[in-house]
Amino acid sequence: MTLTTEKQPRFHRDSKPLEMLRSMQTIRRFEERASDDYQAGAIYGVVHCYIGEEAVAVGVCAALNKDDQIISTHRGHGHCLAKGADLNRMMAELYGRQTGYCKGKGGSMHIADFSIGMLGANGIVAGGIPIVTGAGLAAQLEGKGRVAVSFFGDGASNAGPFHESINIAATWKLPMLYVCENNLYSAGTTAAETLALSDVAARAAGYGIPGVVVDGNDVMAVYEAAEAAVNRARAGQGPTLIECKTYRWRGHTERPGQADPRPQEEIEAWRQRDPINRFVTNLMNQELLTEEAWQEMDAEILAAIEDAVKFAEESPFPEPGAAVEDIFAES
Amino acid sequence: MRKISYAQAGTDALIEEMQRDATTFHLATSAPDELVNEFGTDRVRATPIAEGAFTGIAIGAAGSGYRPIVNWGMITFSFVAMDQIVNQAAKIHYMFGGQAKFPITFRASVGGGRRVAAQHSQSPYSMFMNLAGLKMVLPSTPYDMKGLLKSAIRDDNPVISFESNRLMGVEGEVQEEDYTVPLGVADTKREGSDVTLVALAWLVHEGLAAAEMLEKEGVSVEVIDPRTLVPMDEAAIRASVQKTGRLVIADEAGPTAGASAEIATVVTEDRETFAKLKAPPKRVCALHVPIPYSPGLEDHVFPDRDNIVAGIREVLDT
Repeated sequence: MTLTTEKQPRFHRDSKPLEMLRSMQTIRRFEERASDDYQAGAIYGVVHCYIGEEAVAVGVCAALNKDDQIISTHRGHGHCLAKGADLNRMMAELYGRQTGYCKGKGGSMHIADFSIGMLGANGIVAGGIPIVTGAGLAAQLEGKGRVAVSFFGDGASNAGPFHESINIAATWKLPMLYVCENNLYSAGTTAAETLALSDVAARAAGYGIPGVVVDGNDVMAVYEAAEAAVNRARAGQGPTLIECKTYRWRGHTERPGQADPRPQEEIEAWRQRDPINRFVTNLMNQELLTEEAWQEMDAEILAAIEDAVKFAEESPFPEPGAAVEDIFAES
Repeated sequence: MRKISYAQAGTDALIEEMQRDATTFHLATSAPDELVNEFGTDRVRATPIAEGAFTGIAIGAAGSGYRPIVNWGMITFSFVAMDQIVNQAAKIHYMFGGQAKFPITFRASVGGGRRVAAQHSQSPYSMFMNLAGLKMVLPSTPYDMKGLLKSAIRDDNPVISFESNRLMGVEGEVQEEDYTVPLGVADTKREGSDVTLVALAWLVHEGLAAAEMLEKEGVSVEVIDPRTLVPMDEAAIRASVQKTGRLVIADEAGPTAGASAEIATVVTEDRETFAKLKAPPKRVCALHVPIPYSPGLEDHVFPDRDNIVAGIREVLDT
């Protein structure tokens, strides 16, 4: 496999690649701001950044419909935004405000928007995989052609829920995509220390389903792989495991002073494969994007994020008494 | 009315609720024939022996508009799914700000007496009571089993039904018409005036036998069955203790941080009820050990009617 071959956009004068670019850049700008505001103390707890991996969430979600469902990980902002989550409500949740997606009860690791099929970020590695497999079962029982997508990392692929869930999905032919974002590290531990195979996708053979390796920094390659898997799932042919080779540019979390064992040269080499730059260059070469249009898009994104921060800052904190609400749903 | 077993009452509840609501479906490591025959294998699925996965699958399906019923078999096997129960099912509604409902019924047998040793003789409901976000029931009769299970299935939250394996064959009257037993409502299984016995599951029956024995001595025992552990009917327990002034709690689980400790606290923390106490509360529980295999050992560990009688005498003598 080579990591440098660009997939040519198949859309001509179609807005979809530009929407995908906008989505990728929105994720990046959102997280740059979230990291700054976290360092400044306006965002609490812990923030895990997805920067460098944007092509995976965007490429996969571009192949989905609004009523298809996804589940995310502790590194969840990218999946939320790629599925169409609202910037204001996301930022407000990070700020711990009443107007946030979870009314300030979840924070960065627990953002969900069930109305757009985003079943939540999840703070337990591999914890979301069975849950979204249940969404796949619901889609199958419903019989309307919906699909469900599990995003997870290389670390989760070593955990029981990954294997148990894929086995069930394969056996029941659930309309599922299992998308492994292999960023080569489980927090600070290398994939090589925890996984005897070079490709997570090879594990698909053990469950009798297709396993695909894709350049996770090439958004069109991810999109095409996802589209094929979605078509397969909608046709009742069952799940596909897609492994996207990618890299996170930042440390495991944004916490200051955290040890990052990764060699600087390795980080630099992956920065050279920036999924956004590659896509921009590609779109410009195809004459689907001009430098001016790109600058304009970026400025619009930055303005939208500024608005989201303003929305968050102006939103009230939840009343302390709200801590005892929402434990149970009222029937 | 007809006479059916505790186990059959559970099956009947499932059949009626699955007929009533097409969004219900059943997951367990084997598909019960009675359900498959009526509802087919789409809605009655045999899963791999992978409790973590099928517990999570139930959560995801519930969040997608379905109403799954999961049978873990013995509660022992639920421990394999602890992440999905503790970190996911219990918290998911709250953590996401209440934006979606997760109506799931989990069934599991509890209790000892079957000579199957430590891993298959557990009553760990207090471990789950310690979490916020799960409701749980513990029926003691066929009538309560059917009515509570129906309420559990209709509830919009995760509910665990702990079902006593000692009671599976016990028969009782169950009405034919549709009914439910509401969650959070205790039942007075016997009225009395001298002492309140709050008993759980199998020990309700042992407690009723103990009450018969003591009646011959002129001691009047009131037997309260909480039926639901979360939410607990605190008012009913306090009202009974305020009337009798004495409290004995009988539970097949061990005492440490147990449901019995919670029930004692419901009484002693309440100023009005505490003021009426004529004696310290007494717990009659299993010994705090893993359950042993050999009959003499196992029988020594679990409380029965004789232990309950002794416990009641103790609070009467105080």
